[in-house]
Amino acid sequence: MSDSKQTPNDALLQVRNLQVQFATNDGPVYAVNGLNFAMQRGETLGIVGESGSGKSQTALAIMGLLARNGRATGSVDYQGRNLLALTEQQLNTVRGSQIAMAFQDPMTALNPYLTVERQMTETLQLHKGMDRKMARASAVRMLDAVKIPAAASRIGMYPHEFSGGMRQRVMLAMALLCEPAILLADEPTTALDVTVQAQVLALLRELQQDMGIAILLITHDLGVIAGLCDQVLVMYGGRVMEQGSVGHIFHQASHPYTRGLLGAIARIDGQGGPLVPIAGSPPQMGQLPAGCPFAPRCTWADGRCDSQVPALQDIPAVQGELPMRYWAKRACHRAPEFLNFRLDGGAAHG
Amino acid sequence: MPYSIPKSAIEIAPPPRSPWLDARQRFMRNRAAVISLAIMVMIALVCLVGPWLSPHAYDDTDWNQMGIGPTWDHWHLFGTDELGRDLLVRTLIGGRISLTVGVLATLVSVLLGVAWGSVAGFVGGKIDAFMMRIVDILYAIPYLLIAIMMVTILGRDFYLVVLTISAFSWMDMARVVRGQTLSIKSKEYIEAARAIGVPTYRIIFSHVVPNLLGIVVIYTSITVPGVILTESVLSFLGLGVQEPMTSWGVLIHDGANVMESSPWMIWFPGAALTLTLYCANFLGDGMRDALDPKTR
Amino acid sequence: MWKYTLRRILATLPTLLTVITVCYLMLHMTPGGPFDSERKVSAAVLANLQAKYHLDLPLWQQYLFYLNNLLHGDLGASFRYADWSVNDLVAKALPVSLLIGGLSMLIAVIAGVLLGIWAALRQNSWVDHTLMVFCNIGGSVPSFVIGPLLVTVFALWLHWLPSGGWNEGEWRFVVLPVTLLAVINLSTVGRVMRGSLIEVLSSTFILAARAKGLPVSTIVLRHALRPALIPVVSVLGPLAISSITAAVVTETWFSLPGLGKLIVNGASNRDYTLVLGLVVLVTFVAVLLNLLVDLAYALLDPKIRY
Repeated sequence: MSDSKQTPNDALLQVRNLQVQFATNDGPVYAVNGLNFAMQRGETLGIVGESGSGKSQTALAIMGLLARNGRATGSVDYQGRNLLALTEQQLNTVRGSQIAMAFQDPMTALNPYLTVERQMTETLQLHKGMDRKMARASAVRMLDAVKIPAAASRIGMYPHEFSGGMRQRVMLAMALLCEPAILLADEPTTALDVTVQAQVLALLRELQQDMGIAILLITHDLGVIAGLCDQVLVMYGGRVMEQGSVGHIFHQASHPYTRGLLGAIARIDGQGGPLVPIAGSPPQMGQLPAGCPFAPRCTWADGRCDSQVPALQDIPAVQGELPMRYWAKRACHRAPEFLNFRLDGGAAHG
Repeated sequence: MPYSIPKSAIEIAPPPRSPWLDARQRFMRNRAAVISLAIMVMIALVCLVGPWLSPHAYDDTDWNQMGIGPTWDHWHLFGTDELGRDLLVRTLIGGRISLTVGVLATLVSVLLGVAWGSVAGFVGGKIDAFMMRIVDILYAIPYLLIAIMMVTILGRDFYLVVLTISAFSWMDMARVVRGQTLSIKSKEYIEAARAIGVPTYRIIFSHVVPNLLGIVVIYTSITVPGVILTESVLSFLGLGVQEPMTSWGVLIHDGANVMESSPWMIWFPGAALTLTLYCANFLGDGMRDALDPKTR
Repeated sequence: MWKYTLRRILATLPTLLTVITVCYLMLHMTPGGPFDSERKVSAAVLANLQAKYHLDLPLWQQYLFYLNNLLHGDLGASFRYADWSVNDLVAKALPVSLLIGGLSMLIAVIAGVLLGIWAALRQNSWVDHTLMVFCNIGGSVPSFVIGPLLVTVFALWLHWLPSGGWNEGEWRFVVLPVTLLAVINLSTVGRVMRGSLIEVLSSTFILAARAKGLPVSTIVLRHALRPALIPVVSVLGPLAISSITAAVVTETWFSLPGLGKLIVNGASNRDYTLVLGLVVLVTFVAVLLNLLVDLAYALLDPKIRY
């Protein structure tokens, strides 16, 4: 497959055919099945999906942090090396310094038995060879940048002495200390209440502009995606359902699942009408159907959908002058024209 | 066109299962626990019935067969002691006593622990705090010393030994029952029952007791090996059941004295005790795995 | 931190007082016991008892005198031996018990922690399985079965070590008892350490530490060890208490002239006051050990201190 308008060397991170499988008592379970995307410097890619859709596992696979019974295949190219093929020692030079990860719940992701200072300075000492004093000064500066008040006196405290929103900022600060090229943010706002969410998102945007980092943002919240992302992947059952620029996803989405997600959220522009949830529940990853994973819940599924996995195909109509990674793709057997969508942003079915 | 709900959405929920049935299934799958149960039942049966089937009584002294090792002659399968008494029969009789003490002391501990814990949990407040303080104090005391003290003062009557052992085996049960009672008390279905006017005794019997049963069963099976061990330690130190009664601990004590010349005297009762304790431990683990809602 | 310490010390007083009072009262109610007018003792012993316990005074005054004696470190007079006070007997037996108990606890904790860490890092490997089987056996087989086992192998078959006795603390007589106690305690420490480290290693903050690119040694030593040690420390208290039982059995089995043997002999002889004095002493030590464990716990876990 040749990529016009973009050679692989341009991308900061290139993921090809990523598959993550887990060995279980009931046989192998594919948490991620065939993911392809590319990230550029300073850009934000959002992965959105329900719990169990495989989004967190994608980030863990990139970092080489899968559980013991997990295996990642495919390739994740960064700076000319496939991260999936590196040893632990080699990965340790990348983790924390080039690619950093911020976890979902800062209360469990920060070590409650170590001071914040210790947890922050150790990355600087390890990756940048700083001594204790320099590292401390850098850490305090970073805490200031994430707007922690009285950072210099707070840095010696333990995580449980911070509030929830502050802990999340501390975690972001810790991840960004070594000025990585890529930040993997796993549900950075899920554990926070709404007002704090907005603050943290604004912070992320600011930091991204200042530091030029690329962000891989994982979330189940479409509102967060809208606020921050340049391109979006919609995942379900380990597979990509639809992929494209953020504009496409929100205004011209043509996959039943994406439409379902959009139809289930409240909109401030008052389109009216009831919120329509998607019937059914997320699949058991060990018992995925033979065809499209969304077929059991899809109103338009037909025989082919149940038996054959749809390939991810370009949507030609919306290419234009966009870089290839923004080209919209969808994985669905039913062509958009047959699905009776109103393509002007309303949420209507049937 | 009406919005249609896909068929598969309805078929997704699994059929409901009774927790006891579930527990039985899980227990049966735990091979170690099932085998342990079988062995323990066998030991109990053999100890109960065996002495009646043996040609020897436990205090039959046979001056011609003193201090011989295990042999098929005269059915002295475990050998004899220095007075010519058959060790097999004595081991079985000892088993009767050890197991009986085990069962009785466990019973007393369980009753005491459940009563203490459920009252403390149910009443709450200062009384609860006081009752649990007593439990904490008892925990901090090395039980053997008090047991020695009690035996010194009260003597070694069989029932007093049982009492002494029970006095220090009920605390775990009390703590756990109290915790469970507290958690049940605050559950919404209790509030709901009260709100619709269900009388207190009905609440206790229909809601509190069934939820306590699981944890009581678990901790009973955990108490048993501890109690048997305590009795054995006391008897080993010469402070347990008195002559002419014997228990495994007493036999081990006697066997220890002649270990160099007649090692079988200590190994047979020792093996019997160890096997029983091992099986009791596995049984306790199996019960916990089967019944503990948290590990489901 | 000091307030916490003070609070913990104050919390131990009810325990001590309860034990002392209950034991004291039990003694008073014993027919034929030391405070009964029907007791049959020699004149010399009677004189000692009179002097120490002030038997002609009302009960509550006797009790206060007793407490006063205790505060001065006087454990009372023996009921059987006119020439020895309880303190004298204890002074002879204490060093033995301290040596055996202290040494075995030290070995058990160090070895238990190291083996537990090793097993946790090699989870589900043959190393792990072997160590856990060993710990299982050491922890569930009673001490008076392991004891004879050790003696049979090392004394009777191999003739490397003596089967009992003390010989004024010559090292050969110390090895087997210390081994027995150490094995029993190490089994518990090892199992708890392994379980706790495995659990800590599966927590999110360890995943986050790995995500920072830290090497395994740093993660284990700096991030995982402190929280993992907490359950181990909290089990040391009950462990010390239960090892008193094992120590009594060990001293009896190996005929070591320590406190355990002293109390067992005292019980057989019906030396009530000796038993009382020893019970009070050992309870005091047990409570002290528990206190130390609580303080260690607070040092490890920053959340507890406030």
